[in-house]
Amino acid sequence: MASLAISVEGLSKRYELGHLQHDTLRDQLAHKGRSLIAALRGRAHAKSTTEEFWALQDVSFSVEKGEVLGVIGRNGAGKSTLLKILSRITEPTHGTIRVRGRVASLLEVGTGFHPELTGRDNIFLNGALLGMRREEIRRKFDAIVSFAEVEQFLDTPVKRYSSGMYVRLAFAVAAHLEPDILIVDEVLAVGDAGFQQKCLGKMNEVADSGRTILFVSHNINAIRSLTTRCVYLKRGTMEFVGPTAESIDLYTKNLRADRASTSGQHASILRAALVDVSGMETPTFPGGDFAFLKLLVETDGHPLASVEATLTDLAGTTLGLYSPGHFAEWRLPAAAGVYELSLKLRMPRLATGNYGFDLSTTIHGFGSDHYLSDALVFGSESRVNHPGQWELRKEYNVGHFIMDEGVPVATLVDQSPSPCP
Amino acid sequence: MNEAPEVVISAGRSEAHYWRDLWRYRELLGFLAWRDVKVRYKQAVLGASWALIQPLVQTLLLTFVFGTLAKMPNGSVPYPLLVLAGILPWQLFSSAFSGAGGSLVSNSNLISKVYFPRLIVPLSALAVALVDMSVPLVLTIPCAAFYGIFPTWRLAVLPVFIVGALLIALGAGLWITALTVKYRDFRFISPFILQIGIFVTPVGYRTDNLPHWRAILSLNPLTGMIQGFRWCILGGNTEISAIGLAISSIVGIVLVATGLWYFRHTERRFADII
Repeated sequence: MASLAISVEGLSKRYELGHLQHDTLRDQLAHKGRSLIAALRGRAHAKSTTEEFWALQDVSFSVEKGEVLGVIGRNGAGKSTLLKILSRITEPTHGTIRVRGRVASLLEVGTGFHPELTGRDNIFLNGALLGMRREEIRRKFDAIVSFAEVEQFLDTPVKRYSSGMYVRLAFAVAAHLEPDILIVDEVLAVGDAGFQQKCLGKMNEVADSGRTILFVSHNINAIRSLTTRCVYLKRGTMEFVGPTAESIDLYTKNLRADRASTSGQHASILRAALVDVSGMETPTFPGGDFAFLKLLVETDGHPLASVEATLTDLAGTTLGLYSPGHFAEWRLPAAAGVYELSLKLRMPRLATGNYGFDLSTTIHGFGSDHYLSDALVFGSESRVNHPGQWELRKEYNVGHFIMDEGVPVATLVDQSPSPCP
Repeated sequence: MNEAPEVVISAGRSEAHYWRDLWRYRELLGFLAWRDVKVRYKQAVLGASWALIQPLVQTLLLTFVFGTLAKMPNGSVPYPLLVLAGILPWQLFSSAFSGAGGSLVSNSNLISKVYFPRLIVPLSALAVALVDMSVPLVLTIPCAAFYGIFPTWRLAVLPVFIVGALLIALGAGLWITALTVKYRDFRFISPFILQIGIFVTPVGYRTDNLPHWRAILSLNPLTGMIQGFRWCILGGNTEISAIGLAISSIVGIVLVATGLWYFRHTERRFADII
């Protein structure tokens, strides 16, 4: 069909885990040597130790011209691999993709930015990397600069840029590429709220002008507002492809199911609750009040096991981390058993909305052992003490935290200011 | 809207558009070279004059070692000039070779994030080496004039030898850079090759007075290029041996052909293993 922008058929990608590390020549020679000796002794040598890993298996879908397709799935589901194959960075092992039109991929903002070069230089370099011609960059230069809002810093090396400026400039170059197909991976996770809105707006504009967008994100809200259809990947296979609402429902349902069935290798969280000072589980916790985080944890006595709680806004943004392992060298008791942990927390003053705790057991220095996303969900309410009873909602882009630091103190400095000349 | 080109991505298919893409991305080659030249001497107080200091110091050193201490024959060419005309192609080769050899790993962030024909990266290292050589090359002419040697029509042939030295560097560099992606050991091999190379290549001495070694030395493809440089710059007091040149060319061509073959052969896995 002529209206298809991308068609993917039976796509698979295999990685050989042994080759993912940087082999040294010595390893290879030692391996060859051992096989040779084994062969001389007439013994069958154990097969090579490389493990296979299928990052993608038999994925098929198609994207129509002008469509905005979301790609969702947990970490390691194969989303990034899919995008890398579509952007021709790596080759598939099996399967075929037909792509009609110029593809630009934003797998990481600022790819190829050189810190020593000025903003002006980097626009040209980055543009060329993304496949723009010199003439084209020159034509769009002013638009890029004004979109990024970096006019004053054009001749400053980008190493002196703030991270916000850096991201703005990088996105601006890519956004002006005018590709037929734009592939975006998590760029919106960076930058301030205002700029995120601007990026979303630009992406909508790109979509409205009949271009095709493939959008990968953990941010369910962004997926919901931008895309019409989604591909849901689960452990390298395609779990679902269809309307966004259904995909997200299935995805969140599966996340919950996964949570119930998993356990850690050394330490597992059996039960978790967030209760108020009287021991009651309540749906909302006013900021500033005390609460207790209660965990029932089973451990095999690993000496480095600990627990962590990550505060999130349920849309994928991490707000804070509670880690007694990192911050206080605290460990679970080294004797195997089931323990009840109780932690007294002063709840942060958060804008009205729903928040969650990701809970995990960790093995210090090795990472998480048993990870439960959004294990606890609670609401927070903040009202301004004002006759209008405004709600400070984060949807109005005031952010998550209520900065309630009292009122300013005014001190008189000069009683009779001189009139302006 | 239907005239948009259709690209087919499947296993082993990257070959199909390769050379067309290489041409399409030619501007990127220029940009990468320009980036490296521009960044090279940033925050260095002496800036680009380092491009002059290096060959100058090397010339003095080799003149002292081979000319003054070892009293090698100069064949009626002032010894510093003889060395300078050898240093130029050697520097060109060594900076192109080490640049190309390390190019993929030092640009690994690009390799794993954006698509472009990977050959662009080592090729841009050649361009950087060429830019680096241009200043000392231009200054060689007045230096020669100072000793009473003036440029002749032979100077017009010089580009042939420049391209020759670059191609040899490319062939060797392609091997090293593609191997380094998988085996980081090769990072240690290229400085080693260069350290030995400056002595087994007639940079600080001339071969026409070393009849016993001449045959062996001409197996080194750079020997022909260095003789060529001297023949072009120093005029009548040097000679160029046809057999040596032929051997140099053959070894050079084999190096480039096999280097290209190995690079293309391993290229599709670069992003996975870099």
